[in-house]
Amino acid sequence: MSGQSSYTPRSGLSKWIDQRLPLPRFINDTMMTFPTPRNLNIWYTFGGILTFCLGVQIITGIVLAMHYVANAGMAFNSVESIMRDVNYGWLVRFIHSTGASMFFLAVYLHMFRGLYYGSYKAPRELIWIIGVLIYLLMMATAFFGYVLPWGQMSFWGATVITSLFSSIDQIVPHLGTAITTWLWGDFAVGDATLNRFFSLHYLLPFIIAGVVGLHIWALHVPGNNNPLGIDVKSPQDTVPFHPYYTVKDAFYLCLYVLLFAVFVFYAPDFFGNPDNYEPANALVTPPDIVPEWYLLPFYAMLRAIPQKLIGVLVLGGAIVTLVFIPWLDTSRVRSCRFRPLMKQFFWAFAVDCLILGYCGSQGVDAVLFGVPLIWLARLGTLYYFGYFWVLMPVIGLIETPKPLPASIAQSVLGDSATAPAE
Amino acid sequence: MAAHTLDATRRDFLYVASGAVGAVGAAAAAWPFIDQMNPSAAVLALSTVEVDLATIQPGQQVVVKWRGHPLFVRHQTPKEIEAADAVQVSELPDPVARNSNLPDNAPATAANRGLKKEWLVLIGVCTHLGCTPTGFEGDYGGWLCHCHGSQYDSTGRVRKGPAPANLQVPVYSFLSDTRIKVG
Amino acid sequence: MRFVTKIILAGLVMAPVAAFAQTAPAISTTRLAPKHEEFAFEGPFGTYDRGALQRGFQVYKEVCSACHNLDHIAFHNMYEPGGPGFTEAQAKAIAAGYQIPADPNDKGETMDEKGVRLTRAGTLADHFPPPFPNEEAARANNSGALPPDLSMIVKARAGGPQYVYSIITGFSAKPPAGFKVTEGKYFNPYFEGWNISMPPPLVANAVTYSDGTKATIEQQAHDVTVFLSWASDPKMEERKRTGLGVLIFLVVLSGLLFLSYRKVWANMH
Repeated sequence: MSGQSSYTPRSGLSKWIDQRLPLPRFINDTMMTFPTPRNLNIWYTFGGILTFCLGVQIITGIVLAMHYVANAGMAFNSVESIMRDVNYGWLVRFIHSTGASMFFLAVYLHMFRGLYYGSYKAPRELIWIIGVLIYLLMMATAFFGYVLPWGQMSFWGATVITSLFSSIDQIVPHLGTAITTWLWGDFAVGDATLNRFFSLHYLLPFIIAGVVGLHIWALHVPGNNNPLGIDVKSPQDTVPFHPYYTVKDAFYLCLYVLLFAVFVFYAPDFFGNPDNYEPANALVTPPDIVPEWYLLPFYAMLRAIPQKLIGVLVLGGAIVTLVFIPWLDTSRVRSCRFRPLMKQFFWAFAVDCLILGYCGSQGVDAVLFGVPLIWLARLGTLYYFGYFWVLMPVIGLIETPKPLPASIAQSVLGDSATAPAE
Repeated sequence: MAAHTLDATRRDFLYVASGAVGAVGAAAAAWPFIDQMNPSAAVLALSTVEVDLATIQPGQQVVVKWRGHPLFVRHQTPKEIEAADAVQVSELPDPVARNSNLPDNAPATAANRGLKKEWLVLIGVCTHLGCTPTGFEGDYGGWLCHCHGSQYDSTGRVRKGPAPANLQVPVYSFLSDTRIKVG
Repeated sequence: MRFVTKIILAGLVMAPVAAFAQTAPAISTTRLAPKHEEFAFEGPFGTYDRGALQRGFQVYKEVCSACHNLDHIAFHNMYEPGGPGFTEAQAKAIAAGYQIPADPNDKGETMDEKGVRLTRAGTLADHFPPPFPNEEAARANNSGALPPDLSMIVKARAGGPQYVYSIITGFSAKPPAGFKVTEGKYFNPYFEGWNISMPPPLVANAVTYSDGTKATIEQQAHDVTVFLSWASDPKMEERKRTGLGVLIFLVVLSGLLFLSYRKVWANMH
């Protein structure tokens, strides 16, 4: 936000409101006239898509909570009654369960976009860090939500994830166990656990919404980064957010909803696990415990480490690492478009995440082409950490970036940039 | 200039069309979120109940639950039937039968309050503000609603108090001489 | 997703296993990939075959229901759209054919003088009653094994309908040399571990179809799998139908938004 406002109240009423609660002015300045780089590409539409996803999850979630029963004896059946008896319950539930995956898909594309174009670099460090916080909150929310249907995967997923805390026993004896017992409210995952997870699952999305507000606020101070990674220099470099980006975001959002709808209506259980249609049973663990796909890379890292505490620390470290990226990247240039070397390592990193995800989806003793997958997962983990802690700082120092264009307008319009845009 | 205005018209048309189609979609998408609050298939399946009359003696009333409300099933004594028949419709606050088995404008004669004279089947919801009236109380040998003092006679017709209408008679039918199905 | 990779892996892993099964002393008892049975309800426009649903219900009722629950299906589901297509009267008759544990009678009793649970006839609001009153009774009557609830079975098993079909029809194969069937269990290579507690459930002509369909084992298995697929996913037809409308709408809206987008940005490049 450049500080000056272009809003002029037209009627007496809007003037009266503007002097008391300048909400129309705020909307005008942040969503209508906000100067936005004119060269944003498709990867910049995911902010809007993510806001939509959050809204959809909150609305469908409120509806589901009207019918869901958070009780270990009734939760599974209440979900089935939503699916079978409640009017359009199947639709609301499938939108919510598929929506979680669509939300994470969008957030990953959003994060990779930020990584590629250096959107975390000064002066946007806080936008990135707040984003990492949102991502963490999303993971917690998704985890709590996955427990609620109280199927076999819900139950054993909850058991495994909460048991991560028991690794603290290796630092302070009994503390980890005390923490897991406290989390459970019982000596195992049970009714008390389900109830508190439901409470938190309902609460966290609203906290996410608040933090998203901060994320957007922080974004509106320096304004958007862009694929060139260079600063906005003149008004010619920008267009007003409305109608240029409202219509562009709306179009790509519609395409995303199309993809969303294909899953909801034609493959609603694609992201699910058959075991979760089996009611929770504390006496029988399913043969393959697999988390949801969006947590698989981290799960692979956890399993790649044979030592319990170190495995948990690696898992946590993989996420905490993200916070330091703004300072690990030593390059003078933001966008990988002008970083021939880093670009290659970036794509290798993207593939690495997919490989880790694949490793996480397979059984513990799986073998691929004669190689135990655990070794692949270890290599993948090594590259994950190496990418951020070694490659980012080192390549930034040794790489010679390609020359940057003089301005966004020149890059888009060619040398005629000095002519009026319209 | 003409090309320019044509262009502007086409642009406006696109905006209006996109907006209109989007609005229709949003409205259609809203319906499932509204309809989900209506009674579910499981609730609707419970919406009929059968009552065995054989055990109810003359002068007795049983209360069963139907669609979440109490249902009064009362076996009238000959004396009660006679007293109810004697009441003129013109002296009633609500002259309409309020019998779901009859046309809406059927008069509130004692005969119109049920399918058979000795049996009375009523929804036990006071027509004032929804409390459940207590049986065999009040001045008319029927029901008294303790919430706001409405009084009903032995056929459930309102006689006194703020209630605007007679107790509603639900849709029901006799499956046999001693068994009814309500709903 | 996991299911697909599993199928592929199972194919890769099982081919050599099957080839060496005769000679190798230690046998991998990983389950075989399910048979490729085709069902009319598959695909984006697939619907349940009403005839198969009704016949499948007959198989469930006359064969499976002796041991297996159908917990999540209520009698009113039997006439609801997208289901087996019985009339309301037929559904009522089906319900009335089942005995449901009754509420306490006027004297507060739930048992008669012989200690037998008092029951009443089923109504449309009731769910299919389980064959055994509790899990312990179910296990006691099935040599310790618990027959799973069938109303979720197609969704709750990787492989879905093909898996269920393969299990029901998978008893005919002779166990390979070197594989010993556990005492009291049955050989079924489509079941993980190859030892299954369920005896072969179907024999030819175990049921007599009123529509004249020949009741081979394969026919019965196909029909009951269709019925159980519906029991797992009773809203499938409504879902696919709604989806078609939603997709058409979204394509139209995308087209309009694309044109608007092009128009807005026309002079900007």
